[in-house]
Amino acid sequence: MISKFLRAGLLAGLLAVATQSLAIDTEAAFSDPALQHRYESLNRELRCLVCQNQTIADSNAPLAQDLRREVREMIAAGKTDDEIRTFMIDRYGDFVLYRPRMTAQNLLLWAAPVLLLLAGAAAVVVVVRRRSQESDIDTESEGPEAGQS
Amino acid sequence: MKNLKFIIPLVVCLLLGLALFRGLSLDPRVVPSPLIGKPAPQFTLPSLQDANYPVSSKELLGQPWVLNVWGTWCGGCRAEHETLVAISRQGTVPIIGLNWKDDNAAAQQWLQQLGNPYAAVAEDRVGKTAIDWGVYGAPETFLIGPDGTVLYKHIAPMTMQDWVTEFLPRIEAARANAGSRS
Repeated sequence: MISKFLRAGLLAGLLAVATQSLAIDTEAAFSDPALQHRYESLNRELRCLVCQNQTIADSNAPLAQDLRREVREMIAAGKTDDEIRTFMIDRYGDFVLYRPRMTAQNLLLWAAPVLLLLAGAAAVVVVVRRRSQESDIDTESEGPEAGQS
Repeated sequence: MKNLKFIIPLVVCLLLGLALFRGLSLDPRVVPSPLIGKPAPQFTLPSLQDANYPVSSKELLGQPWVLNVWGTWCGGCRAEHETLVAISRQGTVPIIGLNWKDDNAAAQQWLQQLGNPYAAVAEDRVGKTAIDWGVYGAPETFLIGPDGTVLYKHIAPMTMQDWVTEFLPRIEAARANAGSRS
């Protein structure tokens, strides 16, 4: 019994430590929790371009460290989240964003699911209508033999 | 007419296949720079050899020039260095080095041992100028026009072939363009 409680307690303790150490910085960048929250969520949106499948929040590559420093300095200077995103896009392009924007170049990509759905629906409507017309004609012309094929 | 309908999925499939096949030969590590065609970011940084002597991008206006981002920690930079030295001997345009997050003594030693292709080397110890230029992996080489716009970015160790096919024609075009305007 006691060992069960001990284990549970140990696990809870370890998990608490683990979630704290998820942030890659050794200490909080801001003492204000609201600013710290903005800092962390921005870092999670920005791509580390050296290690392309990681955000700068996940990576300790020198470039990711530098970009986190830029984010930190811009937040401290009172820049808005959009201004910080624009700063990154101006330098590294849309690729730096993990959450892509809708732009003229990728509009087709954004619209593709809707367009494909509409095309599919149109095709279904056309096919169903034609089939029902054909089956009407079939039953009329073929008489008793209909349904054997 | 009815038989032609069977061709539609085939054509769609072929087009999709072609697009995906082309995707296989694209390098995802090469990120197109949003700076092309825009004014080059300005910088004034201490010279690698003498911190009292600043290297400023403003002084280079009026001529095409090349910015090469390098560091002694970068293997690709070692690979392209010989080519840069050979290019600098031709004297077509000044090559400005941006020494990115490097150790000053190591960088100076590198230039003494391997030769110095640079008209000037700006020292970016903290990496802020590199971020302004959208640098993410050395070596990167930019071509800047006489009017101060970025004309081209090369992301890989430079080879003589890159220089001849990608840089020289753009330099000539930029010079012809600037000549016709003045």
